[in-house]
Amino acid sequence: MTGTTIGNASDPATGDVADHGPVVDIAGVTVRYDDVLALHDVSLTVGSSRVCGLIGMNGSGKSTLFKTMMGLIRPQAGTVRLFGSDPAHGRRRGEVAYVPQAENVDWSFPLRVRDVVMMGRYGTMSMLRRSRGVDRAAVDDALEQVDLTGLASRQIGELSGGQRKRVFVARAIAQDARLLLLDEPFSGVDARSVETICQLLRSRAAAGCAVLIATHDFDVLPEIADEAVLLHKRVLLHSTPQTVLRPENLALAFMPAETERSDGA
Amino acid sequence: MSLFEFVVDVVVGPWQFEVMRRALLVTVVASLVCAVLSCWLVLIGWSLMGDAVSHAVLPGVVLAYMAGLPFAIGAFVFGCVAVWLIGTVHSTSRVKEDTSIGVVFTTLFALGLVLISATPSQVDFNHILFGNVLGVSDTDLWQVVIIGAVTGSALLVKNRDLTLYAFDPDHAHAIGISPRRLQVLLLVLLALTVVVALQAVGVILAVAMVIIPGATAYLLTNRMERMLVIAPLLAVACSVAGLYVSYYADVSPGGAVVLAQGSLFFVLYLVAPRRGLVRRLRVAAGRQ
Repeated sequence: MTGTTIGNASDPATGDVADHGPVVDIAGVTVRYDDVLALHDVSLTVGSSRVCGLIGMNGSGKSTLFKTMMGLIRPQAGTVRLFGSDPAHGRRRGEVAYVPQAENVDWSFPLRVRDVVMMGRYGTMSMLRRSRGVDRAAVDDALEQVDLTGLASRQIGELSGGQRKRVFVARAIAQDARLLLLDEPFSGVDARSVETICQLLRSRAAAGCAVLIATHDFDVLPEIADEAVLLHKRVLLHSTPQTVLRPENLALAFMPAETERSDGA
Repeated sequence: MSLFEFVVDVVVGPWQFEVMRRALLVTVVASLVCAVLSCWLVLIGWSLMGDAVSHAVLPGVVLAYMAGLPFAIGAFVFGCVAVWLIGTVHSTSRVKEDTSIGVVFTTLFALGLVLISATPSQVDFNHILFGNVLGVSDTDLWQVVIIGAVTGSALLVKNRDLTLYAFDPDHAHAIGISPRRLQVLLLVLLALTVVVALQAVGVILAVAMVIIPGATAYLLTNRMERMLVIAPLLAVACSVAGLYVSYYADVSPGGAVVLAQGSLFFVLYLVAPRRGLVRRLRVAAGRQ
């Protein structure tokens, strides 16, 4: 059993994205770490202008799936295509943005908010990565969108949890990526930041981006996501957020003992 | 003699000698490039890697002397071998990385010691272990200056990429900048700076020069660009101070330079304006 596709929306009203194929096209992906199975025969397509929630326990393979999509992990089987071509092309064109989990960031690193957001622009800069006017304008704009203009010169560790998340969302916006991968963007985040981030992601989707969100936050999900995927090493269900969040469906992913056995892998 | 003349005498004194001028040049070049590199090593958490590479070059240096090659070649080759071995052992066995580092560098260092003891020696290998900055030959001098210039410019050109790699390698990968290549570049540059540093302070203390300045600068600033300026400035100041002490007190120049760097670190660790221990204790006391 693999995932199903629903609603490949290429909304003619927005018209920002020229191509009509799915942004993310994952087919039969299996990933093993030594002898631990992380992903088993995962297939998933996500179209442009869609926000897709990824739900599963810790260790269900959400981060592995993101890393596979970014090309950080090479799957033992299956293929990943982004924008209808090899993921490496999309990466070189700066079309993939990743917002890491807060735990995976060194917050004591001597960088200011503005420096981190500027890193979103590095892919398009010359070898020395010296910022041009257009880069600074993009960074200013992104900072304003996440409401961090006043904190641009703060060291990143001096921010609250919600502000920290917004820094990385701003980096993705400054990068002008068409595929956004966000790992737990709502954990440890205040209500106002959740709202800011949600609005921004919706507006990115309206502009033609595909947005994937790995999250534990079941309250936010129906508000922001068009579709949701229930993941436990494989795709258990791919449907509307309302359907996926039904207790009997969540039980499939959050009662691992049963699914592990039926995995048989 | 007036006080002024006395001061001038003290300041100028050491540099009347060719030997001391050479020592100054080598030490300043070494401390400059090492200090810049140290900023990234400290932030990535690669201090132990610096330790490993600096010790592991010993057999390379001995073999180079035996073969009549410039010591830099042997040192560089073995520095790279060490890095490669550490990565391979770590990724192809169940051994953790710090263990892999510990096994590889001590083994290579021991190989160096064995080679020294087996070599009918015209060269005093203590100079490799403890540095020989007062006996710098023309070849040594040129090696240091050329390697220093190459390493320095590479660090300058790639400085933003290296910071990106140190901070968020996944993001680098996502935007098409290979973190793997940057890692290799940084390790090669580490091997090269160690070659320069061991000329100044010897194999055993070389690691100090690729850790301490970055650590000290990190205590003083919250901005990478400033760290990359503060670290080399402090390191050069310590080099000069160390050489003065060495000249007037007649002590080991390598030892004096590293001792100056270490002492400065501890002073700032205690009294740095924002992150110093004293300041933090005061703030903590104020809260109660």
